[in-house]
Amino acid sequence: MRHGVKGRKLNRTASHRVATFRNLATALLRYKKIKTTTAKAKELRVFVEPLITKAKDDSVASRRLVARHIKDKEVLKELFTEIIEKVGDRAGGYTRVVKLGRRYGDAAEMSLIELVDFNDIINTEMKAKSAEKKAKKEAKVAAEEAKAAAEVDEIEDAQVVEETTEQVVEETTEASEVKAEETKTDETDEAEEEKKN
Amino acid sequence: MAHPKRKISKSRRDKRRTHYKDKAPTLSKCANCGDLKLSHRACPACGYYAGRSMFVPES
Repeated sequence: MRHGVKGRKLNRTASHRVATFRNLATALLRYKKIKTTTAKAKELRVFVEPLITKAKDDSVASRRLVARHIKDKEVLKELFTEIIEKVGDRAGGYTRVVKLGRRYGDAAEMSLIELVDFNDIINTEMKAKSAEKKAKKEAKVAAEEAKAAAEVDEIEDAQVVEETTEQVVEETTEASEVKAEETKTDETDEAEEEKKN
Repeated sequence: MAHPKRKISKSRRDKRRTHYKDKAPTLSKCANCGDLKLSHRACPACGYYAGRSMFVPES
């Protein structure tokens, strides 16, 4: 039974597995967005996210802890400066995994794993959306204010409006009666003409 | 150890295999470009997922 046994073995020995994750983590931190199999992407989250959290504390001790896994000095430096700066206050969930479908060749399920704060496409879209929402909200507030102002006017006009509508109704009924009489007379005239012929 | 007494004839083998069937994938339309895509996966044609652009396809 493998009750409560966490993690995927990925058909690797323990040392091979660690080496794989170190390489993947370095690649992810260097390129911000990498394509790999879904299984590796999901395991990679468990591996890199604690490293990023660790990097928030910029001390010699934490640098050495992270450096055990991230062997590339440039990437390590970038993680402790630029990446941490962009991540900011985000409390975990630094990565996003999006499935892409199956790979040609071995039909392995592929995924995209990326650092959430480095997806410029989404972040600009989100900014545009939030700006749009803000504009809409402002427009709504303005509309409500205008409506409230209009209502005040309406209450003042209300009695006048009612009187005028009654008058209009009377006029229309009279008009329709006149029309009906006209059509009747037309018909009778036509009938008489036919009789004469 | 026990062993099969007879070779399985082509007929028996093939009859067994009549139940090996492929299923058509369940596809849905991409909300962004209208192309067919697998659910819970980014659209391979336009790179959109959950109403957002995840990547820009090569073409």
